[in-house]
Amino acid sequence: MLQLTHLCADYAGRRVLDNINLTLDAGELMVVLGPSGCGKTTLLNLIAGFQSAQQGTITLQGRPVSSPGAERGVVFQHDGLLPWRNVLDNVAFGLQLAGVPRREREASALAMLRKVGLEEAHAKPVWQLSGGQRQRVGIARALATQPQLLLLDEPFGALDAFTREQMQTLLLRLWHEQRRQVLLITHDIEEAVFMATELVLLSPAPGRVMERLTLDFGRRFAAGEPCRSIKSDPAFIARREYVLDRVFAEREVFA
Amino acid sequence: MSLTLSRPLNPARRIRLHWPLPRRLGVSLLTLGALLALWWLVARLGLISPLFLPPPAQVLQQFATLAGPQGFMDATLWQHLAASLQRILIALAAATLCGVTVGLAMGLSPTLRGMLDPLIELYRPVPPLAYLPLMVIWFGIGETSKVLLIYLAIFAPVAMATLAGVQGAKQVRLRAARALGANRWQVLWYVIVPGALPDILTGLRIGLGVGWSTLVAAELIAATRGVGFMVQAAGEFLATDVVLVGILVIALIAFTLELGLRALQRRLTPWHGEGL
Repeated sequence: MLQLTHLCADYAGRRVLDNINLTLDAGELMVVLGPSGCGKTTLLNLIAGFQSAQQGTITLQGRPVSSPGAERGVVFQHDGLLPWRNVLDNVAFGLQLAGVPRREREASALAMLRKVGLEEAHAKPVWQLSGGQRQRVGIARALATQPQLLLLDEPFGALDAFTREQMQTLLLRLWHEQRRQVLLITHDIEEAVFMATELVLLSPAPGRVMERLTLDFGRRFAAGEPCRSIKSDPAFIARREYVLDRVFAEREVFA
Repeated sequence: MSLTLSRPLNPARRIRLHWPLPRRLGVSLLTLGALLALWWLVARLGLISPLFLPPPAQVLQQFATLAGPQGFMDATLWQHLAASLQRILIALAAATLCGVTVGLAMGLSPTLRGMLDPLIELYRPVPPLAYLPLMVIWFGIGETSKVLLIYLAIFAPVAMATLAGVQGAKQVRLRAARALGANRWQVLWYVIVPGALPDILTGLRIGLGVGWSTLVAAELIAATRGVGFMVQAAGEFLATDVVLVGILVIALIAFTLELGLRALQRRLTPWHGEGL
């Protein structure tokens, strides 16, 4: 369980996150949605341990978070893969750092690549992959070390609409299969409503929790309902429009 | 029959195909050939006295004499070359080892950067010939001062290039490694060093270029062997053909080393320039 209490953070001398209180239970997929500049990336950096908060605490399974660690896997907007390693070695990197012997780590990396559908490409250099493929390698790399929590920072923001939907469904399938806690940051409203089991709306700077919604579209997809049928369901559309209204209403205040 | 058939095809084809080498390489070779022809023509017509510009054939002949047992100034061309190569390779190896280490250390520690940056920046722009006398006073006229001079010339560009490579490390890669559980040393070894490799190799290429020009300067003092010495001594006797052979040999070796380093760069860092 991830717990954030009274979290405040500054960026460049300006308050970007103000009194954030959130809990993320095991098996949940939490999506944090907000306009650019609302501090959602800062929130992810705090949880990942890349920067420290001005006030408040973050605990994962009761242990306070202060620096980056392998129990929190991170997927970045721009993959951050190492171009001097091929696909397999990139995925096996975390296991190598943990001292897992070569044969063992390559077997687990290959198994993880199979899950993201890139088994064939395991020997390729990463620069020969497309944007979507690289992001899949990034996800496989983060999952290979079996983290308790998977953090994703606008992972599909740079992809085209078609690839993005494929990636969303892939991530939902992995989440369902691996039963991990996932925290996804996005500014894409449809993506947020489709994937979240817990949707958190952040207000523009300084970011505060505006509303928290419990949704089930992601679970419905994981249970086998086709993606298009969910996205054309009136209930889905109503939810999406509601969230859109909330985000736009908040934006007008600051316009 | 085949002639009549191929003729109508020719004009269109000649423009696009039929040139076995890449266009740029072809133009380069053609330019070199033209220069050689011009040299031959000038010498042949006697426009310039052979004392100043001996014809290509004479230079080639001189090359054979130098390469043979007769040599020049008590040593064959190969012995001169070996002496020079030994100096530059020892200096290069030492400068690479120290330059990369110092560059990495400066990139990781702001304190060290503050300490070493002014030192390197102060001596770097000074031409090696200017501090050559100091080297001689301190270290004598033996091999030490020669190798040290070349070493100093190569060290600065290698250290600076390594520093630039470390500073250019992508934050997202550093963060990715740390999020996967890497400690400081693992980040250095698995992320920073490979990431700086393209810059380090570029620094080596620059350093080697500077190294060659310093070599000739270093061999001006009390050397008895070396290509630079050979050229210098031949100049004093107005043996223009020997001078030309020396210059051409230096050019050829430096060019070969440069090509080797470029090939190494392509092989070791194939991702360089791929937008990563």
